[in-house]
Amino acid sequence: MTKPVVIVGASMAGLRVAEALRRFGYSGPITAIGDEPHAPYNRPPLSKEVLAGETVSHETVAFPQRAATADVGWVLGNRAVSADLEHQTVTTADGSVFEYSTLIAATGLRPKRQHYPNNLQAGRHVIRTLDDAIGLRAALGPGVRVVVLGAGFIGCETAATARKLGAEVTIVAPGALPINRILGAELAAEVMRRQQAEGVEFRMKRSVADLIGEARIEGVLLDDGSELPCDVFIEAIGSHCNTEWLDGNDVEITDGVLTDSNLRAVKASGGAWDNVFAIGDVAKFPNPLFDDLARRVEHWNIPTESGKHVGQLVALQHAVAAGTDGTADQLATHVAAGFRPVPSFWSDQFDVHLLAFGLLAIADEAKLVQGELSGDCVFEYYRGGKLVGAAGIGMRSVVQGYRNAFAS
Amino acid sequence: MTIKIDVDMTKCQHYGQCVFEAPNIFRLNSDDKLEYVAEADDSERANVEAAIDVCPMQAIFIVE
Repeated sequence: MTKPVVIVGASMAGLRVAEALRRFGYSGPITAIGDEPHAPYNRPPLSKEVLAGETVSHETVAFPQRAATADVGWVLGNRAVSADLEHQTVTTADGSVFEYSTLIAATGLRPKRQHYPNNLQAGRHVIRTLDDAIGLRAALGPGVRVVVLGAGFIGCETAATARKLGAEVTIVAPGALPINRILGAELAAEVMRRQQAEGVEFRMKRSVADLIGEARIEGVLLDDGSELPCDVFIEAIGSHCNTEWLDGNDVEITDGVLTDSNLRAVKASGGAWDNVFAIGDVAKFPNPLFDDLARRVEHWNIPTESGKHVGQLVALQHAVAAGTDGTADQLATHVAAGFRPVPSFWSDQFDVHLLAFGLLAIADEAKLVQGELSGDCVFEYYRGGKLVGAAGIGMRSVVQGYRNAFAS
Repeated sequence: MTIKIDVDMTKCQHYGQCVFEAPNIFRLNSDDKLEYVAEADDSERANVEAAIDVCPMQAIFIVE
């Protein structure tokens, strides 16, 4: 009995790699292990349309599952707690041991939490899972006083959604502008203006020093000594990688799973594992479209792109092992091409419908190239004079035109 | 053999990622709004499934 391909992580990346394994001809057993009790579902709507909706349910966000993956063994509600890469096993919280032929790490992220002197939990929220969104939706409504800690995409989108539900919303963040590192000062300032025009308040260059309240949060104390009344406190301050289960193995797991240009896990001792991969939010990979520095890219197209690359690679590996004609050449070609995705992301906040391609975060220059800042517009992003990204509010066809502009 | 394609236009935000995957089925018109072919040859199925996968709003469906 062949040992299965074991995917640790049953969210979008886990689903996409399972689909790709089947699509590229791997017909052997596949097991996908996930800590959440839900079948794979889509996360971006959790800060936007799902949060704004009447009901938050799994049906509204579940991914369609195709016939090809009907025989995947989904092990849900069971978290992987350790792995032994030498002996090719993964152990889950209930003590089950899974042997694998190939291991694919797709365990994603969990939100960072602050720790306060008065570390109240009631009234406190994060946005990552469906269960987070269900809890937050129940707490939002007209007049509810919301403080969002963090002015990244999740913070800004959640703030906009809460505001649309009638809440009084204040964003508190240490930077000067929201989403500044990615959008650049000009576009970031415009996003902030549009949020403010809808009544979202900002306390930038500020942090929350403590929480106020007895049994539940009633307010927050800022570092300048001022207080904000608060019924709902949302921490949107970034994420940790879920890689602790790989501790003790010959891998590099500081801030994600370090991989080579084919998403194979790099060994701390040198070289890379031929049968251990990382995909999705935890994969820290070099992208030759930009440079040779390994980075995690927390954008929605990465789970699908990385899942496809690894699914095809692993399917070919198994075909080669089975002696199928021509597959050794196909595998060599696939590996030589490597993983070179064009990152893309979108964001919806009030009338800001942003679409972007490239690695905006590495840019040292942003330039308005079309349209007007107060309406629809397109920005180009450069590093050392070379185009590394483009983003637009509206002007879809123009922004689309940039997708293939990053080929080296 | 044909496949029938449906797009939930209440979800569609005209991001156009579908256009890259299935250019014979999806396009952005001169107003940058999505237009699509509702019925196509079954040979387009793989492309349409790829488009379903990359739609940020998960608004595309194959009607079975």
